[in-house]
Amino acid sequence: MASHTVPDTTPETSSETGAPIAMFRGRPITELPHDLYIPPDALEVILEAFEGPLDLLLYLIRRHNLDILDIPIAEVTEQYMVYIDLMQGLRLDLAAEYLAMAAVLAEIKSRMLLPRPAAVAEPEADPRAELIRRLQEYERYKDAAAGIDALPRLEREVHPVVVAFPARQVRRPEPVVGLAALGRAYVEVLLAAERYAHHHITREPLSVRERMVLVLGRLAEAPYTAFTQLFTVEEGRRGVVVAFLAILELLRESLIEIVQSGPEGPIYVKAAA
Amino acid sequence: MSPEEIKPIVEAALMVAGEPLGVDRLAALFGENDGIREEVEQALAALREDYAGRGIELKEVAQGFRFQARTELAPWLNRLWEEKPPRYSRALLETLAIIAYRQPVTRGDIEDLRGVALSTGMLKTLLEREWIRVVGHREVPGRPAVYATTPKFLDYFNLRTLSELPPLPEMRPIEAPEEVAPSGPAAAQGEMELCEVVGEVAEG
Repeated sequence: MASHTVPDTTPETSSETGAPIAMFRGRPITELPHDLYIPPDALEVILEAFEGPLDLLLYLIRRHNLDILDIPIAEVTEQYMVYIDLMQGLRLDLAAEYLAMAAVLAEIKSRMLLPRPAAVAEPEADPRAELIRRLQEYERYKDAAAGIDALPRLEREVHPVVVAFPARQVRRPEPVVGLAALGRAYVEVLLAAERYAHHHITREPLSVRERMVLVLGRLAEAPYTAFTQLFTVEEGRRGVVVAFLAILELLRESLIEIVQSGPEGPIYVKAAA
Repeated sequence: MSPEEIKPIVEAALMVAGEPLGVDRLAALFGENDGIREEVEQALAALREDYAGRGIELKEVAQGFRFQARTELAPWLNRLWEEKPPRYSRALLETLAIIAYRQPVTRGDIEDLRGVALSTGMLKTLLEREWIRVVGHREVPGRPAVYATTPKFLDYFNLRTLSELPPLPEMRPIEAPEEVAPSGPAAAQGEMELCEVVGEVAEG
């Protein structure tokens, strides 16, 4: 709820001290209504200062000994109707509840003033009873709200002890992903993808035999050739596989030798002596 | 672990936790030992005695125990901060009171009692503060949400249980309709009596 015009003090205390209950358009509002009629220029104040028609009615009954039947209903109703025209930009929803209350009061008064037929044995229920019950019930919770407001509470009377405790955050360093691990992961993906590939049986476009001849030819030119240089990566996987098979086959037939300069050193291929 | 070892750990845990700690959470600090709950409770009782007469007290609220400054010191402590403690509107407090004392309640119940429609943000504000929560839906047309207060609400207002709330005020008499109910044609007379009764009540 907007609070720009809510008085800082409750209506009860302000009426006793005579201090303005609110400022409205630069003028102090010192007097609250003695009946349900609210001067139009104070309407906004009333709407903000009271929590609704029950609240206003309670205030009038408790502080001004208002007899809820002694209200000039016709006058009040007429004046309330004027409000509706003034209310275009105001809290029409709230004003409606005040109007509804005025209607209830008018109904009660009219029923009280009607002569009762003497023939009716059962006395009609007092039309005021329901309104009074609502007022009393509302008042209980209004008082209870004040009770809750008076409780000690956090941010006002209750200050918990909080001792700063450093190094509370547990740092879990992100693992560093090496290129090798990335490569392995990629190979796994490739392998997994391959399992879904269709298996085509075709004639071997690059025969192992043909490649064996090719390798032997390369070794004739350069008898000491690095293992990796015997592969032509542009041929793709199949070409590489064929080349590898050719080398293994040549090795098995003792046509080539494979040598290594040392552990983890580069691998060389040379023609058999 | 001996009580001499448990007590300082409980004391320190309550101070650094930044929120109330229940016996379960405190006991969990010591592993799965049988009987550790009782030992923690003894440590809490001992701490409460240790802090008697100090500026700090051990207080039990809904979600557990917390150390806090004694509330009567608040006027001095509040000078530490420039901004004033937050105030809550009457509308918010009345809504909260109705939920606290009549829970579970629907929005309609609250509006009937207060005689005004709730502003749209009111329940949302209370829900966001986690003072209230939706505990179900009433089986009537529209299946309105039913609201109740939370342990966090009790913590905020320094309470352990709802029974620690101040008792709901009694209904105060406005008048006694049955005494002044006009019988027969004397409606005007009834009105006179009503005036007198209202006057007496207001004076008394």
